[in-house]
Amino acid sequence: MVEHTGIRVVHRGGSKINFREPVITSDSRFLLCGSGESVKVYSTSTEECVHDLQGHTDLVTGVVLNPSNHLQAYSCSADGTVRLWDFTDGILIKTFIIRYHIFSIHVSEKHVGVLFVVVPMANEKGSELFQLVAVHLPRSGDPEVEVGELSAVLCDVSPNPGAVSFGTGGEYIAAAKGLQLEVFFFKKQKSYRFSLKSGMNKGINNSFTCISCHPKEDCIATGHADGKIRLWRNFNQKKEYTYSTLHWHHNAVNTLRFTPEGTNLLSGGIESVLVQWRYTQENQKDFLPRLGAAITHIAVSPDGSLFCTSHADNKITIILSSVKVSAIIQGLVKDDCVRTDLMIDPRSKALVLNGKPGHLQFYSLHRDKQLYNLDIVQQEYIHEQGVDQFQVVKAAFDTHGDWLATVEERRQKSSELEINLKLWSYDEQTQSFVLNTTVTAPHEDQITAMCFSPSPETTLLVTTSLDGHFKAWLLADHSDTEESASWSCDFVGGYHLLKPGCCCFSADGSLLAFGFQEVVTVWSPTSWELLTTLSQPPGAVRDLCFGRLSCSKYLLGTSTKNQLCCWNLLTCSLEWNTPMDVSLLQADPFSENMAAFCSQSGSTDLFVFKPSEPRPLFSKKALCTGKVERAIFAPRDQMLESSEEYSQWLNRSQLYFLTQHMDLMTFSTKTEEDRLLASSKQLMVDDSVAITPFYLLLGRHKQQQQEKQELLTNPLAERTPLPQGSIAIKELLDTPAHVLPSASFLCSMFVRSLLVSSSSRSKLEDNVCTP
Amino acid sequence: MGEFKVHRVRFFEYMPTAIRAMSFNAHTERLALARVDGSVEVFNFADRYFQEKVIPGKDAHSIEALCWVGGRLFSAGLHGEITEYDLENLRPKYSLEAYGGPIWTIISNPQGTHVIGCEDGTVKLFEVLAEGVQFERNLDRQKGRIISLSWHPSGTRIAAGMMDMIRVFDVLTGHAIQRLLVDRSVGGCKSRETVVWTVVFLSDHTIFSSDSAGKVQVWDGHTGTLVKTHQLTKWDVLALSVSKDESSVVAGTSEGTVVQFQFIAPNLQQQEKEWVRTRTFKNHTHDVRALVEIGTAIVSGGMDTQLVVRPLLEKFEEKCFASGLRRIHFPHRNLVSCAQKARLLLLQFPGQLELWRLGESDGHGKPGDILPLKTKPEKLLYLKRKGKDHICCSALSSCGGWLAYSTVSSVRLYRLQTDNNISITKVPKLPKVLRSAHQLCFSSESSYLFAASSQSSVLFGCSCLGENDCEVHVYNLQKLELHCMVPMYSSCPSAMGIHPTTNNLTMVHADQQIFEFSIAEKQYTVWSRKLQMQGLHNLWLNRDTPVTHVTFNPKNPDQILLHDMYMFCIIDQSLPLPDQKTQFYNQMTLRSLSEQERPSHLHAFKVCKSFQDLMCMRLLDDQSLVVVERPLMAINSQLPAPVRQKKFAT
Repeated sequence: MVEHTGIRVVHRGGSKINFREPVITSDSRFLLCGSGESVKVYSTSTEECVHDLQGHTDLVTGVVLNPSNHLQAYSCSADGTVRLWDFTDGILIKTFIIRYHIFSIHVSEKHVGVLFVVVPMANEKGSELFQLVAVHLPRSGDPEVEVGELSAVLCDVSPNPGAVSFGTGGEYIAAAKGLQLEVFFFKKQKSYRFSLKSGMNKGINNSFTCISCHPKEDCIATGHADGKIRLWRNFNQKKEYTYSTLHWHHNAVNTLRFTPEGTNLLSGGIESVLVQWRYTQENQKDFLPRLGAAITHIAVSPDGSLFCTSHADNKITIILSSVKVSAIIQGLVKDDCVRTDLMIDPRSKALVLNGKPGHLQFYSLHRDKQLYNLDIVQQEYIHEQGVDQFQVVKAAFDTHGDWLATVEERRQKSSELEINLKLWSYDEQTQSFVLNTTVTAPHEDQITAMCFSPSPETTLLVTTSLDGHFKAWLLADHSDTEESASWSCDFVGGYHLLKPGCCCFSADGSLLAFGFQEVVTVWSPTSWELLTTLSQPPGAVRDLCFGRLSCSKYLLGTSTKNQLCCWNLLTCSLEWNTPMDVSLLQADPFSENMAAFCSQSGSTDLFVFKPSEPRPLFSKKALCTGKVERAIFAPRDQMLESSEEYSQWLNRSQLYFLTQHMDLMTFSTKTEEDRLLASSKQLMVDDSVAITPFYLLLGRHKQQQQEKQELLTNPLAERTPLPQGSIAIKELLDTPAHVLPSASFLCSMFVRSLLVSSSSRSKLEDNVCTP
Repeated sequence: MGEFKVHRVRFFEYMPTAIRAMSFNAHTERLALARVDGSVEVFNFADRYFQEKVIPGKDAHSIEALCWVGGRLFSAGLHGEITEYDLENLRPKYSLEAYGGPIWTIISNPQGTHVIGCEDGTVKLFEVLAEGVQFERNLDRQKGRIISLSWHPSGTRIAAGMMDMIRVFDVLTGHAIQRLLVDRSVGGCKSRETVVWTVVFLSDHTIFSSDSAGKVQVWDGHTGTLVKTHQLTKWDVLALSVSKDESSVVAGTSEGTVVQFQFIAPNLQQQEKEWVRTRTFKNHTHDVRALVEIGTAIVSGGMDTQLVVRPLLEKFEEKCFASGLRRIHFPHRNLVSCAQKARLLLLQFPGQLELWRLGESDGHGKPGDILPLKTKPEKLLYLKRKGKDHICCSALSSCGGWLAYSTVSSVRLYRLQTDNNISITKVPKLPKVLRSAHQLCFSSESSYLFAASSQSSVLFGCSCLGENDCEVHVYNLQKLELHCMVPMYSSCPSAMGIHPTTNNLTMVHADQQIFEFSIAEKQYTVWSRKLQMQGLHNLWLNRDTPVTHVTFNPKNPDQILLHDMYMFCIIDQSLPLPDQKTQFYNQMTLRSLSEQERPSHLHAFKVCKSFQDLMCMRLLDDQSLVVVERPLMAINSQLPAPVRQKKFAT
C-alpha cells in the first residue's frame, strides 16, 4: 500500500470559534476570532464571514489588534508563530517565528513593538508551567522574521488568556493563577503577590478564574470559581491592599471585562446571563439573560458600542451597549459526544447532526455556517447537572429529503427507558421540517439502527432494536379521510430472537440486509420474505453496506472480531475477507467507493476501496489518534477534475470525519488547494471591498458587463487612454490606504499624471480635429 | 485521664442580652460595652480580651451610648440621665438628669466636653469636671429628635443626625450652619421617616452618615453637598466607626454584615484619594448595633449577643494571638455554684436564682454510654431578687445549707433546707458594712461566708486571697491578717484555687499561663518553675477563651482540674510536661494504643473536648463530674428572627 502525499487531512469548517476571546475592530465593523488554524473576520452587522485569514499551521490561540495600527491584527498559534494581518484585505503582512508553543498573546499601547506571549516554561510539550515573556519585534522588512529576543516577565502564569490583563495605560500587568494574584509594575520592575486563603476545607473553591483591569483607575477585577468577583485596590503595597466582593454568579465566573471607559464591568458564567455591573455602584446591575449557553469569553469594542460574548455551544453573540442582542454567529455545535450519525440533508446539502440539547443542527459545510436548528424534543432544556433529559440519538433522511425520522430517548435511573420516534415531513412553504407523526415507545428497547428505503415507489422506514425485532413503518395514505398521511407500523420481524445491530438497503431498495449479531440476513422489503442468510466468521456484525453502481452485487460487512467481509449476492457466497478492525464503514453515495476506518494501536487508518478491486484506491496510516466513529461523504458543489488516480475518489464527494476530540476533519487534494489559492489571490487583487456572497453575485455580474463593454468599446479605448488607466491612478486606488505614502507626496505625482504632455496633446488635438 | 460519671447539665437557660453600645479607650486599650439590660462590661484588649469588669444593670435603665473621658466611663440612656461609673467598685457613681427627655447619644471631645443629643431636639454641652459633670449650654434647639452626634476633630463643629436630615452646628455660636437632607428609602414606604442612625465627622470636613434606608452617604461638610451614596442594604445601617488615621470607615448593617470603606487613591501614582467601598465581613446573624475600629481589628456586637473581634490581617506582620478572629460569647466568670456534698446547683440569672438538685443514676456502662436516670434533675427553688438592681454574684455552700447573693446595693444570705420539704429563710441583720459584694464564697466546711466588697477580691478555702489589678494577696484566716503577696504578673488571673491538702495556690491567667505558688513556703513550687522553664505548649497558649475555674481532685492530689468554654483539662503533676513537639491533644491516639505503649505517650495535660460551650465544670464528692453546658445553638434559637434576606435558591 502506498502513502499518498498529495492528499492532506485538514480542518475545513466546523471548527471552534469560541476557543479564544474574539476581537472587535476599532470601527466596530468587524469581529476577528481564531477558528481552528485560521482567523476569521466576520461582519458584526451581517454575521457573514468576510475573510478567512489562513496561514497558521496549527491551532490559533489568540488574536489581538495591533495597538499602533488599528487596521492590523496579530494572531498567535500553537505552531510557534505570530502573524500580523491586514484584516480588511485579508493579507498576511508579516510572520514572526518564535518557535515556542504559544498559548496566548497580550499587547498594550504603551509597549510599542513589544508583544507579550505565554509560552511553556521549559520548551517541552508536556510542560505544566507557563511563563509570560515579552517579545521584542525586530524591525525588518522581511515577511518572515525570526525573533531572537525573549525576556521573561512573569513566571508561572495560567495559560488561560483571561487570567492575564494589562492595567491602566500598560503600567502594570496582572496575572492570576490558582489562589494567587500577581501584579508586575513595569516602571519599578517589581511584582506584588496576593494570595487568598483556600476555602477548600469549607467546601468553597475560591481560586481565580479570570481577571480584568480597570482602564482608567487602578482597580483589578478578578473572577473566582465560587462565583464571586473581587475588586482589588491599593495593590502597590504588600500589606495594605484591599478588595471588595461582588456576588451574583452561583457558579464560576468564566470571564470579566471592563468597558473601555471603565463605567461598567461585564461578567459571565455558566448561567448564560451577561451581568453588567456599574462601577462603584455595584448593587445596580443589568442582566441579559437567556443567551443560550454558558458564556466563555466577553469582548468589548474599543469604542464601547458593542460587546460580544462567546458561548460554550460555539457561538458568538454580538450585543449592543444598550444590552440588546444584535447578531449571532453560530459555529458548528459540538458537544462532548455526537449521538446521531453525521448525515447530509439531501435538499440543502447541509451536514446534519446533534446540535443544542434536543435539537438537530443543519450546518452548511460549504459556507461554514449553521443554517438552522430543528427542535426535535420540543421541551425546555434545564441547565443543571444530573438532570436526565431527552436526547436525539438517531436521525435519518429519505433520499429526496422529504422525510426525516428522529429517535429521542431518555433513560431515567437505567430501568425506565423512554423512546420516541418522530417523523417529520418537509414543508415547501415554510422551508423546514414539520412534525408529522410521533410514535411513543416504538420499540421496547434502544433502537440500534434506522434507515429509509431508497426505492422511489414506497416511503418505508425500517428500525431495528435491541428488543430483538425490526419494524417497518409505512406512510399510510388516508386519502379517504380528511386527515393527512401519517406513519404506522407495517411489519414486525425478527430472526431467532437475536438482536439486530444494523440494517442497510441496497441502492435500488430491492434488498434489505440486517445484521443479527453473528448472522447477516437479507430480506425482500416488498414481500418481507427472508431471502437468504449469509455465513460469516465469528463476531457480531457491526456495519453493513451494499455496494453501489457497478458493485451493487456486493454486500460488505464488518464484525467486532476484526473482519471485513464481502459477499457476492449473486452467488450468496463470501467473495473475500480481510482481518481488519474496522470501526466504521462508509459508502460513497456517488460512486462505488467505500471508506473503512480501521483503528489500530490507538490511531486510525483509512482505506478507500472498491469492493470489486483487491487494491485500495487510497490509504492513509495514522490519520488521527483515537477511534473515528462518525464520518460522511458530502457531495461537492463543484466537481474536481483530478486525473491522478489516488485522488480521483475525492472528485465527486468529500469525506468528512469526526475525531475523538470532536474535530471535524476532511481531505483536501492538491488541485483543490491550488484552486482555493487562486481564488483567494483573485479576491485580493479585486479590491478592498468586503467580499460577501452578495458582492460575488453582483460584482461578478458587473465585471462581466464591464468586459463586454470593453469588447464593444475596444477600438475606442485603444485610441483614448482614459485617465483611469494611468499607472499613477491605479497605484493610488489599488493600494490599501494604510500602506500609501503621505498625501502631499502623492499629490504632485497625481497632478502630474493628469497633465497632458505636450506631445500627446497635439495628438489629441489631431484626433479632435480629424473627424 | 481517668473515667468519671458525668452529669451533663443542659437546663441552665442562660441568655445573654444584646449588645447596644461600645466605646474603646485607645489609651488604656479597654473596650466598654453596654448591653440592653443595662449592664456594662469592660474588656482589656491588651490582655487577650479578658473581661475585667462587669457592672450589673438595673431595671428600666437602658443604655444608649457609652463614652470614655480619660479613664472615666460615662453612659446615657433613654431614662434621660448621664451616669458615670465607679470602675473600682463596679457600680454607678452618680447619675445626672439632663432635662431633655430621653438621651439618644453621648459623645465627648478630647478637651473633655460632653455633648448629648436629646429626644426634644436639643444638643446639650456638659463640662466634665474632676468630681462630676456640669451643664454648660444648649445649642440651637431643632425640631425632632437628635439621634446621633459627631465632633469635628478640631472641636469647633458638631454634626448631628436627626430624622430625615443631618445638621452641622458651629459650637462657638451654637447655630446650625448646614442642613443636609437625607433621602427616604427608595423602595419602601415614602411616608416613613429616615432615621440617621450615626454620623461621623472627619477632619477634612467629610461627613459620613448611615440611616434607616440602608444607605451610607458621604457628604462634603463645607458645602453641605452629597458626594456619594452607597446603598448597602434594604434595612438599616445602624453603626459607623472611623479608624484613628481616618483611612477607613466601617458600617454595620441589620443583615449582620460589616462593610468597610477605605480612603484610597484611584490611581496609584496620584495623591488624590476617594472613599471606596471595599470589604464585607459577615460574622453576625442579626443586627450589628455597635461597632468600633480599633486600628488592628474591627470589634462588632449586636443583637446576636456575641462580641466579635475581626482582625485586619494586613496590619499584622506575622501570625499571633491578635491576628485570629475571636468571638466572645460567655462571661469570663462563674454563673454557677455547686454544692459538692449536697449535689445541688445554683444558677445565677440577672433577675433570679435557681436551685436545682442533680439527677441520680445507679447504672454502669462503658465509657461513652448514656446511663439511665433513677431520679430526674429537679428544680427546687426559684428565688427572685429584691429591688431594681441585677444580681452580680451568688454562692452556695458545699453542704447545701446556705445561699447568698449580692447586688450593687445589698447582700442577702439565706438558710436553706432541702431534705424533705424545701424551706428558705433569710438570715437577718447582716453587718451594715457589707453593703455589696463582688465575690461571695463559703468556706469548705460551710462555717464561714467570705465576701469581697470594696476591694475587688476573691475569698477562698482556709486561706483567703484578694486580687486587685492583677495582684494576688494571701490572707491567713486564723489570724485574719495578710499572709503574703504573690509576685506580680502582667496578666490578670482568670481563675485560681488552693489545694485542700498541699495548700498550694494554682493560678491561671488570662494569657493562659499557669502558676503554682506554695503558700507555706511563700514561693513558686518546683513544678511551677519547671513549667515556666519549659514553657507551655503553643496549642495551649493559643486557646480562645480563658480558664474560668480551677479545682482539685481530693482523691488524687496530683490532679488539677480546669476548664474554659471549649474544653476541660486535668493536669496531672506526676506526669512529664509536654514539649512543643509532642502531640498535645493526644486522648484519641492514647485510646488507640495498647496498654503497654500508653505510658510512653502520656503527658501532664489531659484535655477533653467532648463537652462544648461549657459554663461550669465541678467535681462532686462522689467523684462524679458535673458539666453545665449552654449550647450556642440554643442561645441562637432563642434570639428574635433576623431581618429577612433573600438567599440564593430560596
